[in-house]
Amino acid sequence: MTYVKLTIDECIKLGYNSLFIVTIVSVFIGAVTTIQTAYNLVSPFIPSYVISVVVRDMTLLELSPTIIAIIYAGKVGSNIASELGTMRITEQIDALEVMGINATSYLVLPKIIGSLIMYPMLVILSMFLTLYGGYLAGSISGVISSTDYLYGLRYEFIEFNVTFAMIKAIVFSFLVASISSYKGFFTTGGALEVGQSSTAAVTSSCIAILCADYGLAQLLLG
Amino acid sequence: MIEIKHISKSFADKVILEDISGIFEKGKTNLIIGTSGTGKSVLLKNIVGLIHPDAGDVLYDGRDFTHGNKELQTQVRREIGMLFQGGALFDSKNVEENVMFPLNILTTMTMEEKLERVNFCLERVNLENVNKKMPSEISGGMKKRVGIARAIVNQPNYLFCDEPNSGLDPQTSIRIDNLIKEITDEYDITTVVVTHDMNSVIEIGEKIMFLHKGHKVWEGSNQDITQTDLDELNEFVFATRLMKKIFPR
Repeated sequence: MTYVKLTIDECIKLGYNSLFIVTIVSVFIGAVTTIQTAYNLVSPFIPSYVISVVVRDMTLLELSPTIIAIIYAGKVGSNIASELGTMRITEQIDALEVMGINATSYLVLPKIIGSLIMYPMLVILSMFLTLYGGYLAGSISGVISSTDYLYGLRYEFIEFNVTFAMIKAIVFSFLVASISSYKGFFTTGGALEVGQSSTAAVTSSCIAILCADYGLAQLLLG
Repeated sequence: MIEIKHISKSFADKVILEDISGIFEKGKTNLIIGTSGTGKSVLLKNIVGLIHPDAGDVLYDGRDFTHGNKELQTQVRREIGMLFQGGALFDSKNVEENVMFPLNILTTMTMEEKLERVNFCLERVNLENVNKKMPSEISGGMKKRVGIARAIVNQPNYLFCDEPNSGLDPQTSIRIDNLIKEITDEYDITTVVVTHDMNSVIEIGEKIMFLHKGHKVWEGSNQDITQTDLDELNEFVFATRLMKKIFPR
């Protein structure tokens, strides 16, 4: 029961509290991608719905799972590392261990499970918001009509792209939570080192995300 | 009773503790004293299992804690209460939740029983009406007392205190010392206190182990600590003018 409560708390902290930043970033990415794609597709031989086809595939394959993962690593990764790092240097982790509690499973496991549950949901939300951002930007600027945009979203849709995005989301969420927890849990020293652990957690998570992104693309799409 | 046998610990090439043996008696306030950097806290961490010694054994009432299996170590740890130097209260929990924490994790008590026990322990350390305060909202002395309440809430057989007086004013220090002594007598537990505070030594030091450069060089009580001829100990004990005045030699 304790672990269920801890996991729910982590879901709120990692997922719910990231909603604002994910929403803002997704809508703007969608808007900018639509306008930039339209800017590059100037030929009269290319139908305008191709803009939303490009936006859709970029969103599903890369923008939502990967770019949001980088944002997620920055927000959640630094949060996890600094929280655990502070607990380590203020002997709170030692206090748990002296009580006979497995500090790793008590502190780290709920974060990893919470991340595995919430990040894929954030990615799904981001996909919708990015496409909606593109729709809004296209309509407002007039680069693509709403009818063409919606037609393009459905044109030759490949379902596997969503599955691929979910696989990436699960892998990235595990990487961010586990790397950041490791960096925070094994912090030694004082406040300065907590900051260093937090920075190292974000840097290492971002590198791991990019490597895994390439590996998964090669493995599943190559 | 806690018995330590031939404890040694090094970090890289630096020897921190060398061949330390001794007995911490039940119902007594046992003190580990020494100057800063002499290995007191490292010895305490070896005893409670936060650091594994390179050599030697720690026996809790005859049970080999150092080389025992995981179940034994967990069982012994659940009989331990510890007050950390900075209190080590959980920042995200209020005072009540901090004190209740061991009960939530280690017992099957009902919420009513837990609340009753928490309030009893908080009253025992003379803290009232602070249940809902966060650790950041209370003073250093109060944090120490909440730490003591958390350490005794699960009725431990062994109580460890790592520098309970650090950062406290003399009056609060004496209050904390007396509290530790009272709790030791009241519950008849084995208490081990790491300190370099001479007031604590004189007030509550029923059994004292003096460490110097990683070695145990003296053992005795607060009655005979001022009577020794050991130079290292005299330098430690009579470091202040006040001590020289009180105990002229």
